[in-house]
Amino acid sequence: MTEKPGAAAAAAEGGALPGEPLLRVRGLHVWIEGSHILQGVDLAVPASGVTALLGRNGVGKTTAVKAVLGLVPRTGEVLLEGRDITARPTHEITASGVGYVPEDRGVFNGLTVAENLRLAERPRGRPRYGLVHELFPELRKRAGQAAGTLSGGQQQMLAIGRALLNENRLLVVDEPTKGLAPRVVAEVADAVARAAAGVPVLLVEQNLALVRRVADEAVVLDAGRVVHTGPAAELLEDAERTRELLGVSRAHNAEEGEGR
Amino acid sequence: MSTVVLLLATGLGLGALYFLIASGLSLIFGLMDVLNFAHGAFLTVGGYAAWWASVHLPFAAGGGWGFLGAVAFGTAAGTAAAFLVELLAIRPLYGRHREQILVTVGLSLAVPALVQGIWGADPLTFPRPDIARGTVGVLGAAVPRDRLLLVAVAAAVLGGLLLFVRRTRYGLIVRAGVEDRAMVTALGIDVRKAFTLVFAIGGAAASLAGALGGLYFGVVTPTQGVSLLIFAFIVVVIGGTASITGCALASVAVAMIQQFANYYTVAGLGDIAVVAVLAAVLLTRQGGLTTRTAERVA
Repeated sequence: MTEKPGAAAAAAEGGALPGEPLLRVRGLHVWIEGSHILQGVDLAVPASGVTALLGRNGVGKTTAVKAVLGLVPRTGEVLLEGRDITARPTHEITASGVGYVPEDRGVFNGLTVAENLRLAERPRGRPRYGLVHELFPELRKRAGQAAGTLSGGQQQMLAIGRALLNENRLLVVDEPTKGLAPRVVAEVADAVARAAAGVPVLLVEQNLALVRRVADEAVVLDAGRVVHTGPAAELLEDAERTRELLGVSRAHNAEEGEGR
Repeated sequence: MSTVVLLLATGLGLGALYFLIASGLSLIFGLMDVLNFAHGAFLTVGGYAAWWASVHLPFAAGGGWGFLGAVAFGTAAGTAAAFLVELLAIRPLYGRHREQILVTVGLSLAVPALVQGIWGADPLTFPRPDIARGTVGVLGAAVPRDRLLLVAVAAAVLGGLLLFVRRTRYGLIVRAGVEDRAMVTALGIDVRKAFTLVFAIGGAAASLAGALGGLYFGVVTPTQGVSLLIFAFIVVVIGGTASITGCALASVAVAMIQQFANYYTVAGLGDIAVVAVLAAVLLTRQGGLTTRTAERVA
């Protein structure tokens, strides 16, 4: 468990130097059906802690993380530990040590909970069932249940558990608390915080309470461009700036949540 | 009574052929979104390769074990053809549905034409092994043995496919891929390997149908594959995509309806009856008879 595949790979290939970001994105452009969704995004995820990717709805946060993983066609440069992964197919990027929790959770409804986890096992990896079941005992209890019959919160736990099953170099988590009941939000927040202790996280999140709790760095997108980068706490303390960048007062936030 | 038994046996035999073709079609469409019109061509390849082996290859000649050799050769040839088609024609066009349809339709026309060019359009007599000769008495009816052989083979393929999708890692990938291919790749899995595997498995089943179809019909012809393919597509629509059990049930249902309607009404009405059932299913149950949202492959 002490073995860090990322560090080993970086050393072997002369990758990231100390102090270099784990993930660096330069000039990322994405066009989807004729619209220019990302217009030259530059961002960096440090080698530890949580980097929150923030912004109003529809500014391209989810597209940005999908572009990093190669799930949407893009141009630009994506470097993971100094290595250019832009031309790599998605499965190679993720198998090299990137855990992904997508916005819609991406659990397989027809598969059981156990099968969803088993699918995520990597050929030469050592799946950390102990860790996953300790974080989410529910997943062990419901191992034989079809994932499609789980509640939204349980599905989210399965999605996060699946990403934590492998030891990763980076965890990409897209809106883990979206559409969840407040009690479940706390549980998911705990899991994200717990995960972040062991692996750097790129977190897309609208819930500013969760961002305040777990995020170290903040990157704010607007209209497909990065408009702010800096420590998360600093940004959130400045209510004026937060409102200007994220367009949120509490009321506004709730309204947007319903709009989706 | 004996007529009914005979019709049931013949229907089951035909249903077995439909199942061998439709199961692969259904998996390929479910996982890859590819409407594989070339599937009938694999059947033609299987049938002709088995016939060719029985004539030219010593181990495949004769009535007993030789027949097994001929069927194995035909199936291997069809499987290889499917593997190559996926690699060379489908994979480069992945996600481009129109082009895929053009390519597979093209193959479905080209392969029978090629076969006809080499061996002619006349039906070729298929060697009949001792085990498939004659009849067996079932409830007073003399049921041809080849029907029973077909049913036994199809049942074995059904069992094998169910084991594959339910118990193997690739089966798991297939079931997940049917739901959400992108997410499977996002878990670090090269889903294209599963595509090739499923295509080859489908081709194997179809070419097996081609080789055994020679038994059912007594001959192989260049266009056998194409005419069976139409009913296999109907089976897939009725049975639900990527559902192996649904496919098996629909195969038997379609074949039975065809046999009974053809016998008890006017010959030819069976095919129309099948189309009527297809229409009824499409109007009432859009996902096919067995498809449920939570459990699509099983």
